[in-house]
Amino acid sequence: MKKLINSPETVVKEALEGMAAMHPELIRVDLENQIVVRADAPVRGKVGVVSGGGSGHEPMHGGFVGRGMLDAACPGAIFTSPVPDQILAAMRAVNGGAGVFQIIKNYTGDVLNFEMAAELAQAEGIEVASVITNDDVAVEDSLYTAGRRGVGVTVLLEKIVGGLAESGASLEQVAALAKRVNEQGRSMGMALTSCTVPAKGSPTFELGEDEMEIGIGIHGEPGRRRVKLAPAADIVEMLANPIIEDLGLKAGERVLAFVNGMGGTPLIELYIVARELARILKGRNITIARSLVGSYITSLEMAGCSITLLRVDDEMLRYWDAPVLTPALRWGI
Amino acid sequence: MPITTEDVLRWITQTAQVFHEQRDYLTQLDAPIGDADHGVNMDRGFRAVLDKLPSLSGMDIGSILKTVGTTLVSTVGGASGPLYGTAFLRAGMVTAGKHELDEADVIEMLQAALDGIKARGKAHTGEKTMVDALEPALAAARKAQEQHEGLAVLLRRAAEAAEEGMKATIPMQATKGRASYLGERSIGHQDPGATSSWLLLKTLAEVAD
Repeated sequence: MKKLINSPETVVKEALEGMAAMHPELIRVDLENQIVVRADAPVRGKVGVVSGGGSGHEPMHGGFVGRGMLDAACPGAIFTSPVPDQILAAMRAVNGGAGVFQIIKNYTGDVLNFEMAAELAQAEGIEVASVITNDDVAVEDSLYTAGRRGVGVTVLLEKIVGGLAESGASLEQVAALAKRVNEQGRSMGMALTSCTVPAKGSPTFELGEDEMEIGIGIHGEPGRRRVKLAPAADIVEMLANPIIEDLGLKAGERVLAFVNGMGGTPLIELYIVARELARILKGRNITIARSLVGSYITSLEMAGCSITLLRVDDEMLRYWDAPVLTPALRWGI
Repeated sequence: MPITTEDVLRWITQTAQVFHEQRDYLTQLDAPIGDADHGVNMDRGFRAVLDKLPSLSGMDIGSILKTVGTTLVSTVGGASGPLYGTAFLRAGMVTAGKHELDEADVIEMLQAALDGIKARGKAHTGEKTMVDALEPALAAARKAQEQHEGLAVLLRRAAEAAEEGMKATIPMQATKGRASYLGERSIGHQDPGATSSWLLLKTLAEVAD
């Protein structure tokens, strides 16, 4: 294992210390509870927006804490969900009296831990609502799985819903918009290489020099199909078409197009993916109303990408464009 | 011979040792169908339990098990934290105030733990989870109780049934948990959660022997 670390045991803690040292004007890091909280939390009268999950997906979620996005993030161990005490500590820290909204990605561990934390918070009199993102079209939605995984749409949802919460909306309004964003977004990812969890020290899976994994998850968990490496144009077809079909996108509709890097793919390659995606969407007469290109929901050093398309309406665009000031996303300020 | 408070403490201590030794094995089982962290998480959780052990002496069995439960919930993470945490919390509730467990107590404890896991995880048998080791273990324990085999045999039978149940997860297609995302590709792999459940029961049987 070749990594820029001091020791496998201290990766998460030391990264949080680095964030605290560099962004004191935006965030505060509570190392004891292992949570990242916006510097001015709790904001009185505002719905507190909390997310979290395993570490290893940076900048998600800690990098999205700040004005106009998340009020707190609870990073677990790498690829392991946070624990209820930690989530509860985050919920207490951001409770400004208007309730707390949880953004949870659909993984059994995340759902169970957030659920236990919600029960504990409610017992303390904190009003709680939540959304479980499940946008990965690579997983068939059926009775035979734990449901689709939550991936790229989580980033878009955190921005849009965070913008709405910042405007002073109620918990009910926040929950309603979150539900709509999750319903209107779909994603699919692929990997060129595996990734190595520091505590494990060896790659989670092996991929041959001429192979790629289509439908990869964000934890190095294998996808559904392993195929021969292909040109970017073909790969983007393999990702975009299932998304477009699943979402039922029609000519004349508008989307937010999100081209995401898995952690080990340079921006120049992501823009080639973006080029192919734009070509496919143009061919179907679908308008790219907004876009995001970069590595925002990653899987350690995995090379590869994911595509997320979100069918947008005016309200979503308004809160996407709203000012945001976080370590990883900032505009309009 | 009933299970005493000392037996329970020995069980917890030895379980911590077993999870430490089997850390890489459990993690390797988790890699092809999960996210390669089960051994690491269980080891971390039970090491935290070990740290609390000195404060547990003199407590009743219910309080010990409840402390194990809350510690696992706070330190394991993943799905296993809430699931095993709930199991120990429920086991602690039905053994509250007790300093010895007879056959009926042990069965009640196992039943409470299993019910807790099923309720928290909304899982049933045949879904390639820890329930596939625990459900047959409880059935075997009940059968041994009816046949008046004694507590040591009862626990050995439970551990054997858990092992068989664990092995039976190999040909199963997962429909719960992260392995379910793989569809048919989850077939052919032993479930890590069923394996850690077997290890827990095997260690309990060894302590009672």
